Amino acid sequence: MTKREAQPLRTGLHFMNGNEACAEGAIAAGCRFVAGYPITPSTEVVEHLARRFPRIGGMFIQMEDEIASSICFQGAVWAGHKAMTVTSGPGLSLMMEHIGFAAMTETPSVFINVQRAGPSTGLPTAAAQGDIMQVRWGSHGDYAIIALCPSSPQECFDLTIEAFNLAERYRCPTFLMMDETVGHMMGKVRIPDAADLTVEPRRNTTRAPGDYQPYATYDGSDVPEMTRAGDGHAIHVTGLTHNEKGYPDMSFAVHDALVRRLQRKVHTHTSELFRLEADGLDDADVVVVAFGITAGIAAYAVTQARALGRRVGLLRLITLWPFDEARIRTLTANARAVIVAEMNLGQVCLQVSRAVQGRIPVHHIGNPGGPVIEPEEILAAIEGAAT
Amino acid sequence: MTHQRQNPIETWLRSDRMPHIWCPGCGIGTSLNCFVRAVERAAIPKDNLFVVSGIGCTGRVAGYIDVDSFHTTHGRAIPFATGLSLARPDAKVVVYSGDGDLAAIGGNHLMHAARRNVDMTVVCVNNLTYGMTGGQLTPTTPRTAVASTTPYGNYEHPFNLPQLADSCGANFVARWTVFHVRQLTRTLTKALRTKGLSFVEIISPCPTLYQRRNRLGDGTQTLEYYRDHSVVRHGANTAEVDIDFQGEITVGEFVTRERPSLRECYEARMREVLQDDFAPFGVRP
Ligand code: SF4
Repeated sequence: MTKREAQPLRTGLHFMNGNEACAEGAIAAGCRFVAGYPITPSTEVVEHLARRFPRIGGMFIQMEDEIASSICFQGAVWAGHKAMTVTSGPGLSLMMEHIGFAAMTETPSVFINVQRAGPSTGLPTAAAQGDIMQVRWGSHGDYAIIALCPSSPQECFDLTIEAFNLAERYRCPTFLMMDETVGHMMGKVRIPDAADLTVEPRRNTTRAPGDYQPYATYDGSDVPEMTRAGDGHAIHVTGLTHNEKGYPDMSFAVHDALVRRLQRKVHTHTSELFRLEADGLDDADVVVVAFGITAGIAAYAVTQARALGRRVGLLRLITLWPFDEARIRTLTANARAVIVAEMNLGQVCLQVSRAVQGRIPVHHIGNPGGPVIEPEEILAAIEGAAT
Repeated sequence: MTHQRQNPIETWLRSDRMPHIWCPGCGIGTSLNCFVRAVERAAIPKDNLFVVSGIGCTGRVAGYIDVDSFHTTHGRAIPFATGLSLARPDAKVVVYSGDGDLAAIGGNHLMHAARRNVDMTVVCVNNLTYGMTGGQLTPTTPRTAVASTTPYGNYEHPFNLPQLADSCGANFVARWTVFHVRQLTRTLTKALRTKGLSFVEIISPCPTLYQRRNRLGDGTQTLEYYRDHSVVRHGANTAEVDIDFQGEITVGEFVTRERPSLRECYEARMREVLQDDFAPFGVRP
């Protein structure tokens, strides 16, 4: 155990569950500080890191609640580290204010959310995909976030690294939307050599004090350069509306410009951020949209339907936010119906409906969490839509 | 003759943000003055001091002091500062906030930070009310005092903050009023030099709301009350330092102990178990 656990990057082929793969992905991305509070079904992520971190110069702290966890790690981020928190539904609900704080202060923040069935305490040990709208809209006011959704342990590893990279690039709250089943699913995970990993470093300013304003965008990218506490810039970071200097400014014009930039810096990149896998769309009359654990089940149903002679295609969403409606509209342009399969009562379905603009019917297959959706349910929906 | 003297703490302030928002007679500015002098005495370099505030009138301190400063969410300055402190063991992290922020909405974090003995100084300006939102009841408002949400006088038992910090395990616990500027400066210097968590409560007037609503006069009259009704008792049993409405205020340095800090505990345990395999977290000086 000793030697292996001392390596930051465990290059090689492994058999592990999604939660462990997520933890290893965080390490590979350079994350060295995690604050969290135990909650089923996410706890293995922090348990794994509590073992690994002390040997590789990282630290896990178990905070008194999720409110504390979700701001504690942001303190470490401003000290220059990559850091994150890990939770599930009830904890995510408690974190809402600090999602807004991360958005407003442009703190590169990663939130791992292993979804379970809600509302409230709900079904703590059962999977769901019911937090899609909450991560997008849960904190008050307007802002933008990025959310990625893995379907396998390998993707838990890959997309955790991606989440850190995007958080650094866009300086916004970034979510990994796992669920109980993907988190506990065992699978093959290949961890590459360091040379084959893409890890985005913190974009710290090289400007001298006096020549640097923490919220000015010098390169026209809408994303300011960052700095670390202690680097001599005497920065002020506040959740209040602030000017480019970071000072509170209560004028409506400053507020308007700031909040619009917080959205724009992500949403002008929607098309490149919106990742998906399309399969068999060329001749498809019916398009099935699915993500996370449901995507694998939908793929099986689509294969069966094709064997029955149905012209069906599959759209597996990897990015949930920002949602590229135009892309969905294009990809379903020749279809006669869309089926959205998800473990909630119609969240991504709403987005897809907006995308197709009433041109074709959008059917929803789902449940409020609990059992995974059976391929037969999707197959029946395909049959219904195709005839 | 025009004679202008520079504010002696000018170099520590964001002068481009003046005038500040605090009311005439408010004690927060006095507390900040003492704090900055203490920072100078403790010889903390500017780039090594991080100030974290929550929300409220005192929470604005982070916006006026010219060091890396963080104005966080209501009640959550301490957990933010915990992450900052763990990540930067070479720096001095100070939480500067009010009684409503630290003892009501943030009370749980205060308890746990004191229990863990996180390396940080917590400065709590206690004016017995919420200033920013218009003078409501806080957990430290004395019984019978009138607040906007206790129009018939407060009937709840208030917190005794030094006792709370003491019983949770803080390494250093003290209280002064803003009348005691010299003593306060000395105590803050000590607090800044303390390993683990130091907690300094500063009793301070809010003439605009607390004093006015309770017909207690202006800032000057409040300072006279502090002068006449404070009793210095170093090493006092913190269970006996409650503040009754316009009653005696026990001040002094109550607790000095040397419990290892969170970082010391973490590193000692990991070295014991992992020996050479342990790699500590955080930037070293
Ligand atoms: S409202 Fe009270 S606490 Fe706030 S600045 Fe005025 S006097 Fe000070």
